[in-house]
Amino acid sequence: MNKKQTFKAFNPENIETKNEAYITHRVENNKIVESLEEAIKATGLKDGMTISFHHHFRNGDHTVNLVLDTLNKMGYKDLYLASSSLNVCHEPIISHIKSGLITQIDTSGLRGPLADAISHGIMDKPVIFRSHGGRAAAIESGVIVIDVAFLGVPSCDPLGNANGYSRDDERANDVICGSLGYAKSDAEYAKNTIILSNHIVPYPNTPFGIPESQVDYIVEVDDIGDPSGIMSGATRFTTNPKELLIAEKAATVIINSGFFINGFSIQFGSGGASLAVAQFLKPAMIERKYKARFALGGISASVVELHEEGLIEKLLDVQSFDLKAANSLKNNRFHQQISASYYASPLNLGAAVNQLDIVVLSALEVDINFNVNVLTGADGIIRGAIGGHQDTAAGARLAVVVVPLLRGRIPCVVDKVNTLVTPGKSVDVVVTDYGIAVNPARKKIIKIMEENHIKIMDLKELYNIAVTMTGIPKAIAYTDKVVGNVTYRDGTLIDKIYQVKD
Amino acid sequence: MSIRLRRTMLFVPGNNTSMVVNAGIYPVDSLMFDLEDSVALDQKENARFVLHEALRTINYQGKELIVRINSLSDGMGQMDLDYLIPLGKVAIRLPKTDSAQDVIDCEEYIANIEKKYNMEVGSTKMMAAIESANGVLNAYSIAHASKRLIGIALGAEDLVTDLHTKRSPSGLELNFSRSMILMAARSAGISAIDTVYSNLNNMEGFKAEVEMIKLLGFDGKSIINPRQIQIINDVFSPTEKEILDAFEIVSTMEKAKKIGIGVISLHGKMVDKPIIERAKKVLEIATVTGQLARIEDNYNE
Repeated sequence: MNKKQTFKAFNPENIETKNEAYITHRVENNKIVESLEEAIKATGLKDGMTISFHHHFRNGDHTVNLVLDTLNKMGYKDLYLASSSLNVCHEPIISHIKSGLITQIDTSGLRGPLADAISHGIMDKPVIFRSHGGRAAAIESGVIVIDVAFLGVPSCDPLGNANGYSRDDERANDVICGSLGYAKSDAEYAKNTIILSNHIVPYPNTPFGIPESQVDYIVEVDDIGDPSGIMSGATRFTTNPKELLIAEKAATVIINSGFFINGFSIQFGSGGASLAVAQFLKPAMIERKYKARFALGGISASVVELHEEGLIEKLLDVQSFDLKAANSLKNNRFHQQISASYYASPLNLGAAVNQLDIVVLSALEVDINFNVNVLTGADGIIRGAIGGHQDTAAGARLAVVVVPLLRGRIPCVVDKVNTLVTPGKSVDVVVTDYGIAVNPARKKIIKIMEENHIKIMDLKELYNIAVTMTGIPKAIAYTDKVVGNVTYRDGTLIDKIYQVKD
Repeated sequence: MSIRLRRTMLFVPGNNTSMVVNAGIYPVDSLMFDLEDSVALDQKENARFVLHEALRTINYQGKELIVRINSLSDGMGQMDLDYLIPLGKVAIRLPKTDSAQDVIDCEEYIANIEKKYNMEVGSTKMMAAIESANGVLNAYSIAHASKRLIGIALGAEDLVTDLHTKRSPSGLELNFSRSMILMAARSAGISAIDTVYSNLNNMEGFKAEVEMIKLLGFDGKSIINPRQIQIINDVFSPTEKEILDAFEIVSTMEKAKKIGIGVISLHGKMVDKPIIERAKKVLEIATVTGQLARIEDNYNE
């Protein structure tokens, strides 16, 4: 029920309009500050607090290193680094861990030298790994309280309307990242948001990914990222015959799954085979005159092409995987930017992942119980990211995991995953180059596959083929020190990663 | 016993461990592990070892396994045979076969190994690759040179050099050679396998060539990349209409036989022996490719 309202008498003296005050107000609302140091001081950041970043520049990101160097010079200690993900380019964090600037990390994944150093026990406190949806939920529920979000963006106006591209100023698109999906959740909940941008554009910077109401300070910097790095990381186009074979098999599974109907929705995870599935679905879509209602998630060039050919109606983009996707978001009104929360938060029953029919996901390892590892390699060292893996597997009606049976001499179908990331309960089909396995709990899918003459194998059978060729790998030697806590999307602890023994 | 299709014969370099190990995953009829031109001289021993271990331990899921050996002229081919024949798992492709004598020499060497290892003499099958003007002109005697032969194949790259020409999109330069090889193979009742198409980026040109060699009567084609498999399998597999027509011809003929009629008319066309033979061949192929089972199943639903 509404509160009973009482009214004060109107007084024209209280209005500020069409006068000097209004002009001043415009200038006062300019959030651009002289330097990053000044912005940091203005936020009141203190030792022990939490800072956050996004990873939309993937391996081309320069913001994390720039900000941490600055914080280091300013003498900060004991900061909690919550980034939506960290990549090979973030190697300099190693020195900030050693100096005591960063004492704990919260991320979707780790790669390269930083991941290697952490696996070898460089940190006292374990890294917390979260899925993109899990991170959004942790921020929304106050499990992660962001004191200062440092968000690098390709365009921003003086009031703080920020975006991953600019429709007005082509110069801003020299460095373009497309969707600001992960940054949107940070800006919404952070106590202070500092935007770092190399292109300040005139107000209003529309469309914007982050609205001015969520921005406190703006710093103009020379360099936020390297656009060529956006394309690297996990996204790539494949001509590898083995990956193409897996992609083709996965497409066959999807076409014959019962979920391939006119108006279906789909997400392709990063990884060569996963992204290649689109090209094998295309002929069947054309032949049957099917259109997908939407494609979700990390959006790649191949998905954009299907959209441009009229085969996918709408694109929901939490992260642009490549420059073609970023430019499509800029130019195309059916290509919509969404936040991590809208995408996958488990606190949000209406999250887009829950509207998803089909998802194709990669894996480092799958075990005979359909459990998936996307975080640690066969040597026990961290080399991946959870991303939206757990979220889409849980949300989609059909979760297909594509994985080669062997990578070199390493079996990828194993008896028990090295690190449990996505529980087998949420995985429906595993497609390998040697055969297809359907989760025995999915009786309907098994039946429909059999009716369509698709040969199904047992994962144990596939595991046996693998170890017949490679032998059973020696167990990895760990110490008893925990270097990573892997959370499920609901915030519970699903597995631990231990320090590798050399 | 069902017929053995040889639509696709995938080249696999013998010293590429990853490719050798994973070759079984592709939907080809035959795998041809190479010890000859794709293996550098200092890698030959390594390749023999890799291939020996792979053939010994890996299940290639019923695919026909062939090894292209080195020439017997400098002793390397003999070493290949010494290594691989005792496994009893592979057919041998003899490269650069110029005459029937080349086949006979190789066969003799193989027979000696078979005796030494108490294997059935003649159990190891052979293929001969024809890659020179002499080879083409001797194709008939080569195809008839040994009971071990399961097929003869055209190797065009060396051949066009010998002919003082080069490969062209139309394939005009190979017309005579292809026809000679096909005639010789059919005369001997063995398979005829066409040469590789090396431009991986021209899938349309590849498809045109596959359609041409199918029309000539070839059983299949050697390929260098798995990306080429689908097109050959598509071109060489009967269409659903061809299968249904064949089914109708064969079943109508069987009914007619029961009531003592030898020649029938179907949809206003006379059906005689060659047509029935062709229809039976289509059904044989469709049985092996699994198409027949799928079609029957669809009609039973």
